[in-house]
Amino acid sequence: MFKDITLGQYYPTDSILHKLDPRVKFIGTIAFIIALFLIKGPVGYGFATVVLVTLIRLSKVPFKFMVRGMKAIAVILVITMLFNIFLTPGEKLFSFWILTVTREGVETAVKMAVRLIYLVIGSSLMTLTTTPNQLTDGMEALFAPLKKVHVPVHEISMMMSIALRFIPILMEETDKIMKAQIARGADFESGNFISRIKSMVPLLVPLFVSAFRRANDLAMAMEARCYHGGEGRTQMKPLIYAGRDRIAYGLILLFFAVCVAFAFLGL
Amino acid sequence: MGIIKAAKLAFDYIKYGDDDREAEKVRALDNVDLDVEKGQFIAILGHNGSGKSTLAKHINALLIPSEGTMWVDGIDTKSEEEIWHVRQKAGMVFQNPDNQIIGTVVEEDVGFGPENIGVPTQEIWRRVEDALTRVGMIAHRSKSPNKLSGGQKQRVAIAGVVAMRPECIILDEPTAMLDPDGRRDVIETVRELNEKEGVTAILITHYMEEVIFADRVIVMDGGRVVMQGTPREIFSRVEELKKLRLDVPQVTELAWELKKAGVPLADGILTREELVEALCSLN
Repeated sequence: MFKDITLGQYYPTDSILHKLDPRVKFIGTIAFIIALFLIKGPVGYGFATVVLVTLIRLSKVPFKFMVRGMKAIAVILVITMLFNIFLTPGEKLFSFWILTVTREGVETAVKMAVRLIYLVIGSSLMTLTTTPNQLTDGMEALFAPLKKVHVPVHEISMMMSIALRFIPILMEETDKIMKAQIARGADFESGNFISRIKSMVPLLVPLFVSAFRRANDLAMAMEARCYHGGEGRTQMKPLIYAGRDRIAYGLILLFFAVCVAFAFLGL
Repeated sequence: MGIIKAAKLAFDYIKYGDDDREAEKVRALDNVDLDVEKGQFIAILGHNGSGKSTLAKHINALLIPSEGTMWVDGIDTKSEEEIWHVRQKAGMVFQNPDNQIIGTVVEEDVGFGPENIGVPTQEIWRRVEDALTRVGMIAHRSKSPNKLSGGQKQRVAIAGVVAMRPECIILDEPTAMLDPDGRRDVIETVRELNEKEGVTAILITHYMEEVIFADRVIVMDGGRVVMQGTPREIFSRVEELKKLRLDVPQVTELAWELKKAGVPLADGILTREELVEALCSLN
């Protein structure tokens, strides 16, 4: 039952976005998100839309993969829209019962919705074109300055990549334990919410015990292979900027500058 | 002095009672002397709790002796500054293949050790390719370890050790969780490394068939070394081994039973061919 779960949502194909350095994509995504909250008028939104559509085309990832991410925020989207429509004071459009719809309300609701949708598409564009490993490597490199204030950047990224490595193993293990418990008469499917949660206990206890045992073994294996933190460690696949990454940085800067300009002009 | 030497080695595990106060010492190793020459293939036998894994962890400085001394290539494992040096010289392969692979891609995992000891990037790639070729896993270099069989994972783990250019490989029951095919592949890989590259190999195992190629067999019981010698010497002492709850290879056992029944055979027959020859030459 757990066989189909893919990790992260990486979509393997060969595009210019896939080849970019993960640091560039990460910074680009952040710039895009900030820009979304800066722009105010229709020209700004139009510009952001053009940029986003171009990027989606460049990524060669089918659009439906991005829509998938949207399902997760559908509820939040509807709630924020409703609140904005009904609770923003301003010029009255029409009203029924105790609810009043204002022009400002509709405007902010639409803006909020567009922002949220673009935000999700923008960030899934990054996760769709970057492997989880590249992402952790990129984060480690970007947050490296935080080491100065004693944030264990290397350790955090090592933990993330080990977690990624062990998720499929623990999934398989869960599957095994579940089957073993079902064979002994455990029932995971029926009953109400509470009894279903209770029936998870005989599943979770062995899973946790085994996870701790694995962690212990892994720590020993890492020590046996001379792991002693990030100090004095070299990298097999160091991140090196190529020409295209510099061009991408230039384009991100340009995009951000244009958005700031639009924001100032109120377009 | 050999590559690995232990003198009067002893180790106590501290066992805590339920209320944490009754700390109880359990002697896991007792007065162990060991001297392994460079390039040898050593097998360590013993049933559960005989102290063989504890001994293996001492060679890699994962455990530090409570009494006595352990030297790896002339370095005392107690000296803390040299600990990474010891671990580079004596690589270790563990029992569970899943719990010792760190990378999400085969080649990244093999590169993990060299990364830790600060090998430059170019050199890491060279070592990784070389190590994967030697264990016959180069074709799987960009796969996820989750897609490999148990035997293949163990060979990746061996490659991970080989890439650190060790003098000695310690294998702590590497085949215990594998199917017969995987077992054969792993043992063949280790033997090849030992014969062709001269890497000292220390194999801890339950399977007697894996032991007959060793230069020397060490039998442990209750934290002590109780028998030591060539496989032929050890397996001639069938009754002593049985008392230690250890098996002998099937062929040896058959020859021993035949001898008990009155067939005049030599002691310590190890392979099928030997037995066939001995039986044919009877008439």
